[in-house]
Amino acid sequence: MKPASTTAREQPLVLVVEDYQDAREMYAAYLQFSGFEVAEAGNGIEAIDKTHELMPDIVLMDLALPRMDGWEATKRLKSDPRTRHIPIVALTGHALAGHAEGAREAGCDAFVTKPCLPDALVTEIKRLLDLHRPNAENAKDGARTPKASKKRS
Amino acid sequence: MVRSAAATAVHFTGVDMEAKLALLEFLLTNSDLQASARRAIDWLAAHAGVQQAVVAVAEPGAGPLLLVAEHGVSSAAIVDFALTRDDEGHPLVRAMLRSDPTYFDGSPMPFRVPIENLAFHAVPLRAEEDLSAHGLLLTSASGAEVHPDVTWIARMLGRQAARLQSRQTLAETRFGQERMLLYSIINAVTDPILLTDTEGKLIIANSHAEKLFAAPEEASEGWRRAAALNNMLFSAALSTSAVGMSEMSRRELLLVDPLEGSDLLFELLSSRAKDERQGTYVVSILRNVTDLARAKEEIEESYRTLRVAQAEVRDERHRLDLIIDSVADPILVTDQEGDIVLMNTPAERLFNAPGIDDEGTLRRVRANGANLTSFVSNVLTRSGEQRYRGEIQLGDPMTGRPLPVEAVAGTILSEQGELMWVVTILHDLTEAIEKARLYEQLKQASVELERKVQEATAELADQNELLRRQHIALEQASALKSQFLANMSHEFRTPLNAILGYTHMLLNNVTGPVSDPQRKSLTRIDSNSRHLLALINDILDITRIEAGRMPLNATSFGIGELFDEVQAELEPIIKRSNLAVTTKMRAGVPTVRSDRQKVKQIMLNLLSNALKFTPAGSVTMTASYDSKQKEIAIAVKDTGVGIPVEDQVKVFEDFRQLDSSPARGYGGTGLGLSICRRLAHILGGSIELESTAGKGSTFTLRLPAKARKR
Repeated sequence: MKPASTTAREQPLVLVVEDYQDAREMYAAYLQFSGFEVAEAGNGIEAIDKTHELMPDIVLMDLALPRMDGWEATKRLKSDPRTRHIPIVALTGHALAGHAEGAREAGCDAFVTKPCLPDALVTEIKRLLDLHRPNAENAKDGARTPKASKKRS
Repeated sequence: MVRSAAATAVHFTGVDMEAKLALLEFLLTNSDLQASARRAIDWLAAHAGVQQAVVAVAEPGAGPLLLVAEHGVSSAAIVDFALTRDDEGHPLVRAMLRSDPTYFDGSPMPFRVPIENLAFHAVPLRAEEDLSAHGLLLTSASGAEVHPDVTWIARMLGRQAARLQSRQTLAETRFGQERMLLYSIINAVTDPILLTDTEGKLIIANSHAEKLFAAPEEASEGWRRAAALNNMLFSAALSTSAVGMSEMSRRELLLVDPLEGSDLLFELLSSRAKDERQGTYVVSILRNVTDLARAKEEIEESYRTLRVAQAEVRDERHRLDLIIDSVADPILVTDQEGDIVLMNTPAERLFNAPGIDDEGTLRRVRANGANLTSFVSNVLTRSGEQRYRGEIQLGDPMTGRPLPVEAVAGTILSEQGELMWVVTILHDLTEAIEKARLYEQLKQASVELERKVQEATAELADQNELLRRQHIALEQASALKSQFLANMSHEFRTPLNAILGYTHMLLNNVTGPVSDPQRKSLTRIDSNSRHLLALINDILDITRIEAGRMPLNATSFGIGELFDEVQAELEPIIKRSNLAVTTKMRAGVPTVRSDRQKVKQIMLNLLSNALKFTPAGSVTMTASYDSKQKEIAIAVKDTGVGIPVEDQVKVFEDFRQLDSSPARGYGGTGLGLSICRRLAHILGGSIELESTAGKGSTFTLRLPAKARKR
């Protein structure tokens, strides 16, 4: 039972899940500026509720969240047949080894490391949405985000 | 020896005859009745085995019977013999009146007979034609039967008496009897007596002398030779003694015992006797001193032995004294009364102070003596023990210094088990006590040392424990620090993320157009935020490396593709730098098995550094392989500012840039090379630097072609 709004929508809907308000609103503002519709959630439970309610085209999921963390929320969404198809981009502040693995195991389709500049984030979202168009469904697993944002002295 | 008459007759028939003829010849030529009688009796003794025999002759008519010859009869019996023919009732007188022999069976008789306690025959001496007998022959007998020789002799002597009686006076007969008595006396003397002429020729000898000097006819060859030798010796002795001695000479004479062959030593007493008719005689008496000489010799020998033994004892005593004196420890011998009977020199120094009158010394000597006496009396009361050990407190007599001694006493018992002496040896304990004291001190010191060592050990253990705890605490602190830094950098990044994001949005005119001065300011905010971000990332990297949270993730890859990737990533900077960047692959560089991401990070760092510090010229990246060490070398060479030798170590230190001013224009955190070096270590490699100031630098990363898990 897909909501009719998905197809009726002119612009793709991005659900931004982030507990840190400044960052959430910054990404939301820039995504709207870049031509996306944006919904926001401040924790994992809210993220699941909003996903079921709005059926966004893509979810931008911070992993460190209060009440229910991003991994758990991702795991629930990916184990639910109604939401399983929605791509999820994990957003993590910890570059420590293992986070990427954890995110992939939880079912994330891609992940970016904070700090992530808004335009880099937009580029990644656009890439994933292209991959998830109905005719490109099988290319899903090849999605990778190069960690190009690091600078060395 | 009693022989059977028949056996003798049979056996000696030939010899018998000859002997009888010899005797008859003697009797016929002899005019002395006494000599005849003696010869006859000797003949009987030799041929008829008569042991004792006596010849008594009588004057014609009445008168006493006189003994003229005897054989084997004691001289006492001869002297006591007294019988007259007037005594007609006497059995011997009656026997004389008979013509046949009368047998006496040896039973006790009321009169004395020369042949005592034996059976005997009394045979009258008469010729066939005579009316009365001239005397009696008494011969010992073994039976009633008379030996034929005895009757024959009696007849022969009877005839001789009849023949001689007419010529011989009684006086002569009496003289004969005296002579016979003399003979028997001489014979009774146990010493050999000889009457010789001055040449030593034998005239009369008693039976003992005859044994030495006259060998009987039947004597053995040895006996005869011995007798001849004795004669020679005797003659020689006489002739030499005769020279010096006029009256009486006394000398020793060595003769041979003819029967036993042994030496006999005699003392020879010889004196001369002068006879008007016959000239000079020598009377010699030999006294057997063989036993005397032997005894003397023995006495001398014992005396000599005694002397030797005495000398030995003296030597022994002397040696003992030397030995005892040479012992450094005092030795004393005390008797059962406790009095000192013997002591050596060291003991004398303690218990006797010869030639010293000092009152103190004498007093101390007396005190020492008293102490010793009480010790010895202790020993005496313990008679059961052979050894007794104790300590005595003595004093040095000269100085009065206390002298503790150990005394060891032994008792000497007589053969009867009585205690004779106590031998005491004193041993100076001063040294031993001193040693014991030193030993005690040493032991004390040792114990003290051991205690100190134990204390030190315990302290060390405590400190070790403390250090261990501190180490744990430090590790915990270090872990906490790492955790803190990791958390902190994360917390830093959240606001930084917002700053960068909003700046970015402003610069992208999301909130509307910005003026040029605003844009310039926003650009400054942006670049400083990025620098801060880089710092935070580098600190996070170092923290992760030091926390060991950067494991080796080995894969196989080519160095060439890595060169391409690094160049591609730094493309904007390369372009901006206007430098010629080239890469070279030497021959034989194999595929590497290592942590691709870390190798790439190092190469990015080295290349960006080279670009940053090279104003003009070129940067060359060269890969080569050392097949011996199995090592890959990646050299990044620039023509830049270079690093002075004195600074070449510093560049690898944390937060080090040679020009530390923020406005330096090179940017960077100053942590790049220190991170590279840490990463190279994780990969099992190293980073080397060659540089000349003003001419450029070459950083070389060396890696094992196959990284080992560390």
